[in-house]
Amino acid sequence: MKATDKKQVVLEILAEYRYTPPKVERGYANQTLYVNVSDNTIAAKPVDEKMKHTFVGGRGFGLWLLWNAVRGTTKWNDPDNEVILSSGPIGGTTVYPGSGKSIAVSLSPLTGTVMDSNVGGHFGPLLKFSGWDAIEVQGKADREVIVFVDGNKGVVQIIAAPELADDSYALPEQLLDLFAETDEERIGISSVSTGPGAQHTLMGCLNVSFYDPRRKFVRLKQAGRGGIGTVFRHKKIKALVVKYIGVKGDSNGPASWAELTEVGKRMHREIYEQDPIMNDMRGNGTPYLVSIMNEFDLLPVHNFRYGSHPEASNLYHTEFRKHYSLGIPDGCWYGCTLACSKCVERFQLRTGPYKGQWVHVDGPEYETIAGVGSNCGIFDPYAVLEINFYCDTYGIDTISFGTAMAFCMECYETGILNKERTNGLELRFGNAEAMLEALHQMGRGEGFGTVVGQGVRRMKQFFAEKYGADPAFLQDIGMECKGLEYSEYVSKESVAQQGGYGLANKGPQHDEAWLIFMDAVTKQIPTFEDKAEALHYFPMFRTWFSLNGLCKLPWNDVEPADNKRKYPPRIAARVPEHVHNYIELFTAVTGREDIKEPEDLVLMSERVYNFQRIFNLKMGFGTREHDAIPYRSMGPVTIEEYESRAERYDQQLREIGFDPEAKSTKEKLAALRRHREQRYESLIDAVYKRRGWNSQGIPTLETVKRLGIDYPDVVALLKEHLQ
Amino acid sequence: MKVLVFNPQLCDGCRICEETCSQTWFKETNAEKSAIRISPLEDQPGRYQATVCNQCGECIDICPTLALTRDRHGIVRVNKKRCTGCLSCVGFCPILAMYIPPDYVVPFKCVACGECVKACPTGALAIEDLPKAPLTETEKRMKVVAL
Ligand code: SF4
Ligand code: SF4
Repeated sequence: MKATDKKQVVLEILAEYRYTPPKVERGYANQTLYVNVSDNTIAAKPVDEKMKHTFVGGRGFGLWLLWNAVRGTTKWNDPDNEVILSSGPIGGTTVYPGSGKSIAVSLSPLTGTVMDSNVGGHFGPLLKFSGWDAIEVQGKADREVIVFVDGNKGVVQIIAAPELADDSYALPEQLLDLFAETDEERIGISSVSTGPGAQHTLMGCLNVSFYDPRRKFVRLKQAGRGGIGTVFRHKKIKALVVKYIGVKGDSNGPASWAELTEVGKRMHREIYEQDPIMNDMRGNGTPYLVSIMNEFDLLPVHNFRYGSHPEASNLYHTEFRKHYSLGIPDGCWYGCTLACSKCVERFQLRTGPYKGQWVHVDGPEYETIAGVGSNCGIFDPYAVLEINFYCDTYGIDTISFGTAMAFCMECYETGILNKERTNGLELRFGNAEAMLEALHQMGRGEGFGTVVGQGVRRMKQFFAEKYGADPAFLQDIGMECKGLEYSEYVSKESVAQQGGYGLANKGPQHDEAWLIFMDAVTKQIPTFEDKAEALHYFPMFRTWFSLNGLCKLPWNDVEPADNKRKYPPRIAARVPEHVHNYIELFTAVTGREDIKEPEDLVLMSERVYNFQRIFNLKMGFGTREHDAIPYRSMGPVTIEEYESRAERYDQQLREIGFDPEAKSTKEKLAALRRHREQRYESLIDAVYKRRGWNSQGIPTLETVKRLGIDYPDVVALLKEHLQ
Repeated sequence: MKVLVFNPQLCDGCRICEETCSQTWFKETNAEKSAIRISPLEDQPGRYQATVCNQCGECIDICPTLALTRDRHGIVRVNKKRCTGCLSCVGFCPILAMYIPPDYVVPFKCVACGECVKACPTGALAIEDLPKAPLTETEKRMKVVAL
């Protein structure tokens, strides 16, 4: 279907809401859009000063809207659950790199509690410029629907989805055909969609689109984590589409354009000068991390057993870079000169429904390469690209998929699974064909693939109950916490990172804290108090990005030339000048005068961070037991794992006064484990204390009072649990 | 392609070109709104340098919206309608000759109109027809021209 023949499609409009799009002022449209697809209600909800002050935007708005929409007993597949996307006040700024993120929030099918996942693409900014700080979709439709927002005309519609593709490769293109009236308008449209895999598994992602005017096709970014795509499909939402033509430098209504241009210009210039001699994000994207992680023994290999592999160089950025087209770096929003988005433009698929066709693939990102590549023993860049393509196309999170497959592969190799149990899939490490078949099964909704798609936590239970596998062993090697699969870093040698993963509100994702280098390599945070301080500052600081619609990468994937000379290492890790940029940026956009110091940013985040912790509590989680992590993330589980790094572990045993001489590996393994498990508990104690939580990990009444989140229902909930 | 060229031997630093440029394009006398900027050479008293677009075209590949294109004279132009004011081109201009005034959301640059050439009392400026710059990746791909 071409834009020109789209008029032949008559759309059945189920509900329509007309509004006068407000001008965005100081980063806010000052209203959110509520859509209920059960009864086809569409309504505007006001955003008041208190909401802005307490929750800021983005993840904060998502959490607040969802908190008010669900009860403690609401399940992910109840119609009451919502899918919310919000950008945040800085989101949509075009002059500062990385200012186009949206944050998706929902109750997760994997964890049962609240999930947040950030994503690039143009949806959040265009939604705001259309007059909405967030979109909140509740209910469950009885037929496939599209929610369409036309921000120029001021119309929101719920439309019965016409005959359209069901995967996220073809669908976003068709949506452009459907909603762009001219080819010029394509650049002003962004959609949120997912694919059939989201429907048949619990790890569905959302694909957020942006139009690439050079290549003339739609590109995708993923809100991958926690199965929000699964919720989306369960509601029978085919797509959310926003159309807004006319983005300008001041569309976000900044309080001071002059100040904004100063900080923006400065940052662009810094990237121009520094990026080529630092990480070359513009040339390589995030795959530049693969070689570094492999060198430092941090790249997950064979279900996180090891941190490096002799064949890992096949997955280095140099191998992927050859395939990137055009040689022009792309950002996923205007003005992102760090421009890490990469596109392999002509790729011929070997399997699946698109077999034999030449397609384009976005990415792959580091997490994908490590997750579906090295962690599954796959060191073939073509296989990684093909898996990446089908994960996006089917709407499957590459991180959960990679980590869940790696778990299955270890189960297969240890005899817990066999060909009979997998319906013929030989799930050995390195078997890309079998892995692809499992992925296609997820797309089709059949076979063992759908078991993998339930995620590691459910598989552990299933394998123990059905196949009599040892639950303790499954717990040790199943890389999930809170029900969410680990993202792709080996945390064994950094107790601070173990905490970074275990304490993350949504489950083990590195976007809260990445402390491995400062903890294990440069040893800047030796004591538990130091680590607790880092696990206070960094998760709070990083949360701030998700409140504002910002990407983390321009914070520390590029640094001012003198950053490391000017500051001692512990301070340099915070990149003080960039923190200062963010203060300037926030002030220039919002005009707020009260945000002056880094601590002010941290305080903004602390409110939302603690609120999210309490949200977990509301949903029946959020206490110490839910911060427990699998031993594989703390240390070697098996004899061969220990022996592969025996020198390192023996040395550590000596340091704690345990003489490894003449001891069996089994004894050494047990001694190391006792030590590491105890260390994790000590870390948790220190972090809870630093964050103002009790020993069970529950924020105290003083803490919520100090943060101004002592709403009556919050206090009532806490009182119930603090007794 | 047409390029404004500067002869440091002849410039006496009067800055009439800056005034002329901002008058021509912004109807005000304001060096901040001139596409040519004259500055003294620190190490050579009495000598000046000029910062002005040399039409190299590198910004064409930087622009996310294809707002930068060459016209038929080889001059790189900003399409105001397409521009989203991201200032990527400002930060990424190799010689920092793309500008943004504090009260304007679209950047501007020298378009070799020649007004300053006419105004310059010492003849330090000239519009020359230089060999075409190589095609940028965008141009190779898009075969776009200015609207
Ligand atoms: S400021 Fe305008 S012309 Fe310059 S790169 Fe951005 S969109 Fe293109
Ligand atoms: S040639 Fe025209 S645009 Fe260029 S500096 Fe002179 S007056 Fe300004």
